[in-house]
Amino acid sequence: MVTDHNIPLIIARIQFALTVGVHIIFPAFSIGLSVFLTFLEGMWLRTTDNRYLNLFKYWLKVFSIVFGMGVVSGIVMAYEFGTNWARFSAKAGPITGVLLSYEVMTAFFMEAGFLGVMLFGLNRVGRKMHFFATCAVTTGTLISMTWILASNSWMQTPQGYIIDPKTGHFLPKDWLAIIFNPSFPYRIIHMGLAAMLSVAFTVAAAGAWHLLKAKKNKIQADSTVRLMFSLSLWMIVATAPLQILAGDMHGLNTLKYQPAKIAAIEGDWISERRAPELLFGIPNMKTEHTDYAISVPLLGSLILTHDINGKVPGLKDYPADQRAPSPIVFFSFRIMVALGGIMLLCGLWSLWLRHRGRFFTHPLFLRVMLIMAPAGFVALLCGWVTTEVGRQPWTVYGLLRTEDSASPLALSSLSFSMLFFVVIYVFVFGSGLLMLIRLLRTAPEATDNTHDDTMILGSHHHTVSHNKEVP
Amino acid sequence: MSGLAYYLPFIWAFIVILAISIYVILDGFDLGIGMLFAFEKKPEHRDVMINTIAPVWDGNETWMVLGGATLFGVFPGAYSTLLPAFYIPIIIMLGALIFRGVAFEFRIMAHSPGYRTFWNKGFMAGSMLASFCQGCILGGYVQGIHTHDGAFAGGPMDWLTPFSVLCGLSVIIGYALLGTTWLVWRTSDELEAQCRRWSKRLSILMLLCIIVVSCWTPFLHAPYLHHWLAFPNILFGLPVPLLVALFGFMMWHSLDKDHTITPFLCTIGWFLLSLVGLAITIWPYAVPPTLTLWDVASPVPSQLFQLVGTVILLPIITGYSIYSYYLFRGKVTKADGYH
Repeated sequence: MVTDHNIPLIIARIQFALTVGVHIIFPAFSIGLSVFLTFLEGMWLRTTDNRYLNLFKYWLKVFSIVFGMGVVSGIVMAYEFGTNWARFSAKAGPITGVLLSYEVMTAFFMEAGFLGVMLFGLNRVGRKMHFFATCAVTTGTLISMTWILASNSWMQTPQGYIIDPKTGHFLPKDWLAIIFNPSFPYRIIHMGLAAMLSVAFTVAAAGAWHLLKAKKNKIQADSTVRLMFSLSLWMIVATAPLQILAGDMHGLNTLKYQPAKIAAIEGDWISERRAPELLFGIPNMKTEHTDYAISVPLLGSLILTHDINGKVPGLKDYPADQRAPSPIVFFSFRIMVALGGIMLLCGLWSLWLRHRGRFFTHPLFLRVMLIMAPAGFVALLCGWVTTEVGRQPWTVYGLLRTEDSASPLALSSLSFSMLFFVVIYVFVFGSGLLMLIRLLRTAPEATDNTHDDTMILGSHHHTVSHNKEVP
Repeated sequence: MSGLAYYLPFIWAFIVILAISIYVILDGFDLGIGMLFAFEKKPEHRDVMINTIAPVWDGNETWMVLGGATLFGVFPGAYSTLLPAFYIPIIIMLGALIFRGVAFEFRIMAHSPGYRTFWNKGFMAGSMLASFCQGCILGGYVQGIHTHDGAFAGGPMDWLTPFSVLCGLSVIIGYALLGTTWLVWRTSDELEAQCRRWSKRLSILMLLCIIVVSCWTPFLHAPYLHHWLAFPNILFGLPVPLLVALFGFMMWHSLDKDHTITPFLCTIGWFLLSLVGLAITIWPYAVPPTLTLWDVASPVPSQLFQLVGTVILLPIITGYSIYSYYLFRGKVTKADGYH
C-alpha cells in the first residue's frame, strides 16, 4: 500500500531491484562463459584442433565485455548495502559483510589478477601458464558465486547467529553453520546450473544465427560454427534436466524452511491436503482470493510434497503483514518453470534432429534456438525475483523486516539516485548489449598458426569495426 | 574492554588504511590517465596510454571493493553511517566509475568514429568526476558528519563545503600527477617528454594543494589542532614537511635528469604522507567527530574470523598482483599493443 511515509522505501527497493537485477546477469554470464572458455582452451591444448582456438578467441572477446560490465555494476552493489540499507548493514554486517569480504579476497582479486594474463598474455607467457590463468579466472567466478550465495542463503534461512540483546545486532556464533545454512547447497546448484544453461542458450543462438545465414546464402556452414552449435546443445541436453531436478529439490527445501514463500508462489490462501496446482490465476492480496484460477486437482500436493495427500501451506496461515506479494512471485515462478520446460524440449528436439541428420539445417529448430537466446537469463531473473520478493517482508527471514533495514535518506536523494541509475544503466548496459549483438553477428575468425606462440590473443582486434550494420 | 576487543580494531584500522592507500595509488594513476585524455588528443598516444593500464586496471579497482567490504564486515557502524552521509557523491562516483570502466572496451569496440569520440570523452569525464567525488568524500569525512545514536542524522548536502571542494580539486590534481609520472615511467619518446612537462606543472599545483589542505585541516575541529601540537605528536609531525620538500626536490631533479621511475615514486611518497597525516589527524575516530573505532567495530568473532583470512590471503593477492605487473613490465610503444 502506498502511503507518503513509505515512498522512500519503495524507491530504495526499486533501485536495489534494478541495480542487482542488471548486475546478476553479468556474473552469471561470466560463470558460464569462463567454464566454456576453460573447456575450449583445454580441448585446444589436448587436440591441437584449431577450431577450439578460434572459438576460444571469439568468446574471449565477449567475455572481456561481459566481465567489465560485471565489475562496474558490482562495485555499485558493494556500496549500495551501506548507502541504501544502512540499518541492515549495521545489524547484519558482522555476518554478511564478513562473507562479502571473503568473496573479495578469495575471488575478485583472483579474477582481476589473472584476467589481464587471460586477455592479453598468450604472447607473453607459455600456453600452459595461459591455460592456468584461464582456470584461475574460472575458479574465481565459481568461488565468488559460492560466497555471495552463502550470504544470500543466510538471509533466507538464517542460523548460526545470536542476537545482541542490547543493540539487536546479529552476532556470529558458528561460521560453518552460517555458511552451510539449509538453503545454501540447493541455491548454489540451482544458480550454477542456471549460469551454464543461460550461456549455453546464448552460444546456441549465436551458432543458429550463423547457420541460418549460411543456409540463406546457400553455402556449407563453417565447421567452427557447427562445432559451437553442437557443443552448446550437448550442454543444454545435459543441464536442462538436471536443472529441473535441482529446482524441484530447492522447492522442497523452501517448503520446509520458508512455507509462507511457497504459499505466495502458489497463490494458495488456505492450507490443505490434496491441494490443486494453479496453472493460471490472479492472486488478490486484498480480497485474499486468487481470481480466474485454472487448476489441476491434486497436482499441487504432488509437486510440492511428492505426495498426493501432502499438506500445502496457505497465505491465511500468516498475518497479513507477513505475506509476500503473491501476484509477483506467482507469475515470475511460472515464467521460470515454463522456460525450464521449453529448454528441456529444445534439448530433446536436438537429440532427435541429430539422429535424423538434420541438426545443422532444420530451419524451424534453428529459428527457435535463435529466439531462445535470452531464455536462460530471463528464467534466471524470474528465479531471483521469486526468491527475493518471496522473502518479503523480510531482509533476514523472520528476523529483520525490510522497512527496518533502510537508510535514513531524504526523498530528494533517493529520487535523484533512482533517476541517475535508470539513465546510466539503460544507456551503458544498453550500449553493451548492442555491442555484444554486433560482435556475435561476425563469424569466428579462422586461425592457421597453431604452432605460433607469438600469436597475439588481444581482446579487441577483430572485424567488428568494419561492420557498419547497426542491429 | 577485554584485550582482543581493544586491540583488534587497531589492526583493522591499519589494514583499512593500507587498502585505501593501495587503492588511491593504483587506481589514482588509472583515473589520472583518463583525465589526461582532456589534453592528449593524438589517437596513437591515447592507445599507448590505455595499453599501459589495460591489463591491470581491473585489479586496481578491486582494492576499492575490498575497502568497502572490509568496512561492511569489520566496522559496520562506520559503513552504515558514512555511506548514507555521502550518498550523493558516492552515487555520482559509482556512475562515473561505470562510464570509466566500460569505456576501456567500448571505445575500441565502437563501430563509428563519432561513437568512439563519445566513449573517449566518457573515459575522460568519468575519470575526472570519480576523482572529484572521491576528494569531496575525503574532505567531507575529515570535516566530520552529524550523527545521532550511532546513525547518520545530517542533511543530504552536508558534505558540500569549500573545504570538501578544495579536497576534490586536490585529488584531481594528485591523480593527474600520478598519471603523468606513471607515463614517464612506462612510455617513451614524444609522449614521455610531454608527460615530463606536465608532471612539472602538476607537481607545483599538488604541492600547493598539500600546503593549503594541511594548514586548513587542523582548524576544522579543536581536537585536530590539539592532536598535532601536543607532545610527543609534534615530534612525529615535524619531519613531515621536510619529507614533502625532499620528495618535491627529488621529483624536479629526476624529471630533468631522465630518471624514469623516480618521479612516480616521489608522487607515491607525497600521497602516503598525506594519507598518513590524515589518519593521524582523525585518530581514534572512525566517524569524526563522534564515533571511535571501538564504537563502530564488529563483535570480536567477526573481526577474528575475517583477520585469519586476511592474514593468509593478502600476501597471496599481493604476490599475483605483482606477477601481473611484472609480466606487463617495460616501456609500452605503439608496436607493442596488446590489441
